[in-house]
Amino acid sequence: MKKLVKALLGSAVVAVMAAPASAATLDDIKAKGHVQCGVNTGLIGFSAPDDDGNWTGLDVDFCRALAAAIFDDPDAVQFSPLSAKDRFTALQSGEVDVLSRNTTWTISRDTALGLNFAGVTYYDGQGFMVNAKNLPDIKSALQLSGATVCVQAGTTTELNLADYFKANNMEYNPVVFEKFEEVNSAYDAGRCDVYTTDQSGLYAVRLNLASPGDHIVLPEIISKEPLGPAVRHGDDQWLDIVKWTYYALVNAEELGVNKDNLEEKMQSDNPELRRLLGTEEGGKLGTDLGLTNDFAVRIVKHVGNYGDIFERNVGAESPLKISRGINALWTKGGLQYGMPIR
Amino acid sequence: MATQHSTAEGAAPRVPLLYDPRVRGIAYQVLVFVGLFALVYWIVGNTTANLQRANIASGFDFLKGRAGFDIGDSLIEYSSDSTYGRALFVGFLNTLRVAIVGIITATVIGFIIGIGRLSKNWLINRICLVYVEVFRNIPPLLVIFFWYFGVLSVLPLPRESIDLPLGSYINARGLFVPAFQWGPGAWLVLVAFAVALVFVFFVRRWAHKKQMATGEQFPVFWTSVGLIIGLPALAFIVTGFPLSFEFPQLSTFNLRGGMQIRPEFLSLYLALSFYTAAFIAEIVRAGVVGVNRGQSEASHALGLRSGQTMRLVIIPQALRIIIPPLTSQYLNLTKNSSLAVAIGYPDLVATGGTTLNQTGQAIEVVAIWLIVYLGLSLGTAGLMNWYNARMALVER
Ligand SMILES: N[C@@H](CCC(=O)N[C@@H](CS)C(=O)NCC(=O)O)C(=O)O
Repeated sequence: MKKLVKALLGSAVVAVMAAPASAATLDDIKAKGHVQCGVNTGLIGFSAPDDDGNWTGLDVDFCRALAAAIFDDPDAVQFSPLSAKDRFTALQSGEVDVLSRNTTWTISRDTALGLNFAGVTYYDGQGFMVNAKNLPDIKSALQLSGATVCVQAGTTTELNLADYFKANNMEYNPVVFEKFEEVNSAYDAGRCDVYTTDQSGLYAVRLNLASPGDHIVLPEIISKEPLGPAVRHGDDQWLDIVKWTYYALVNAEELGVNKDNLEEKMQSDNPELRRLLGTEEGGKLGTDLGLTNDFAVRIVKHVGNYGDIFERNVGAESPLKISRGINALWTKGGLQYGMPIR
Repeated sequence: MATQHSTAEGAAPRVPLLYDPRVRGIAYQVLVFVGLFALVYWIVGNTTANLQRANIASGFDFLKGRAGFDIGDSLIEYSSDSTYGRALFVGFLNTLRVAIVGIITATVIGFIIGIGRLSKNWLINRICLVYVEVFRNIPPLLVIFFWYFGVLSVLPLPRESIDLPLGSYINARGLFVPAFQWGPGAWLVLVAFAVALVFVFFVRRWAHKKQMATGEQFPVFWTSVGLIIGLPALAFIVTGFPLSFEFPQLSTFNLRGGMQIRPEFLSLYLALSFYTAAFIAEIVRAGVVGVNRGQSEASHALGLRSGQTMRLVIIPQALRIIIPPLTSQYLNLTKNSSLAVAIGYPDLVATGGTTLNQTGQAIEVVAIWLIVYLGLSLGTAGLMNWYNARMALVER
């Protein structure tokens, strides 16, 4: 019943919001003094509160980068934890300004759901995890016919799962939960043989299981999951700001700018660096965006470049220890490619 | 009286139109109606405009689209190739299923506990009291979680399934029972059953008439039992036992074959039944207590035994008190079944929610939810009102 009421209120909000925070999201944000950012309810590495209750993670740091670019303050941001199912309604109704919540960029979300994706902060793919102690013979996803699979509602995961088993002529038994914690505890309790989600998510989930060592992630990747921040249709300026905040992060890594050498790089007369950091005489790249010319400086000063964010949250310096893989810069054989700042 | 009244009215001064209660009443109604209409008009207009501005799809065409997701528990044929409309229908049937069996079970438990509360046996009385107090004071969601995470999920994995009698097993994946497989000629058994029911109906009528006419009693109950069991059994033997069982067997992941009753359904069903039964018990108790003591004294005086007194005198009168509040418990149970979403039972709210999320058509899906729950509630209320009318005191 509560759910119903909540959904009702949600759609009532969509229905009656006087003007769906349309034209000037940036003005609204400046007026209220913070960015309202939709994040995950607790996925280690992407967005989860730490021991002191501060939000951390790759998706969280992206929001902090936005706050830094606008307010020169990475803390001028408030987080709304959203379940997979509620996230789009929250963005559409204006409850959040940006959705940075391991959300896969797909055509229907881009069109029918009225979202605009600003880039891909993490290239992922869907995988499977099983309990190797209970099922020692399972080495491949193709052996999973007849298995019971735990999955979260309202995700691309749910759809890819159906496609994969159908394409391989296998049967399965889905158990679909709405809440993340419920999927996790059901899998941990042995309700399912298999847990499926984005591979990064599997590693994160595994850390929180009763005995993480018992579980293995199977080698197959069954889908493309480009995860990135999204905004509502109808405000091009705000889309541009989110987009170029992301590109600034990647360009900073490409040009080797980080928190430690920022001062020194600002003295450089390399024209590319001068455009990125806004030190160019009479430059107006940042102001054209609606921000200040030093917006990239603000970003790097507070949160570092893309590589820093990656390593700190999901890479070598984190418990997840995920390698850069396809998320390396394009110059190093990966897919991260910063559009030119000029 | 009449003359007094007319003189009073004649003497009254003419009221100005503004203060005439009738005129005022009509004016208020018109105002409220216009206001309501304007509000609805504004909401609809605003919604369409906003949806268009935000580029969000609208309309009910999405129901024909391919759903793309699977549903674990379905009473009808369903696959990821089916439409969203069918997915919603599967969810609707699941809601109905848990509501119907839940209502039946809750009623049975509720009557037993409610009568037990009135028992003169101290132990039975106290046990029933504790039951009512415990279940009535815990939110239903917690009862559901108790069954799901507390009881059913601590059961062993399929390999270590607990054996139950009759080739059944229980484990963390649910209850596995042998599935019936009817052979050729099995329909005769069904026919025999139907015939038995018809016989029972006539036997009862005949026995009633006979008792009315001659005062002699006929053992209706045992005859009925004999007919209902005996005729199908006879048909079963004649057709050469056309029934075999498919027993659940262990495979790589799970028990295969047989019939699986999933823990999501079980916990929701048990929780709703036990929870609602506590309220029904109180209603039943109140109903029985509400029947005048003189009724049972009179009945005893007429020589009826206490079982007969209960069955023939007290319960029929108590039902008049019981039925209206019972109806609202049935409605509550049906609505509470939407808590299913918390434990992954694919009811209408769950499949609707996934549809909403995949298609983004919030308003349409919410409208469907509202209409379906409203329909279910009105339907239940209608049925119960009809039953109530039949039970009501017929003044002669
Ligand atoms: N990338 C997929 C899946 C994203 C997703 O929601 N994954 C789950 C499982 S790892 C999750 O993060 N749940 C956390 C929550 O609901 O708070 C999508 O966009 O649909």
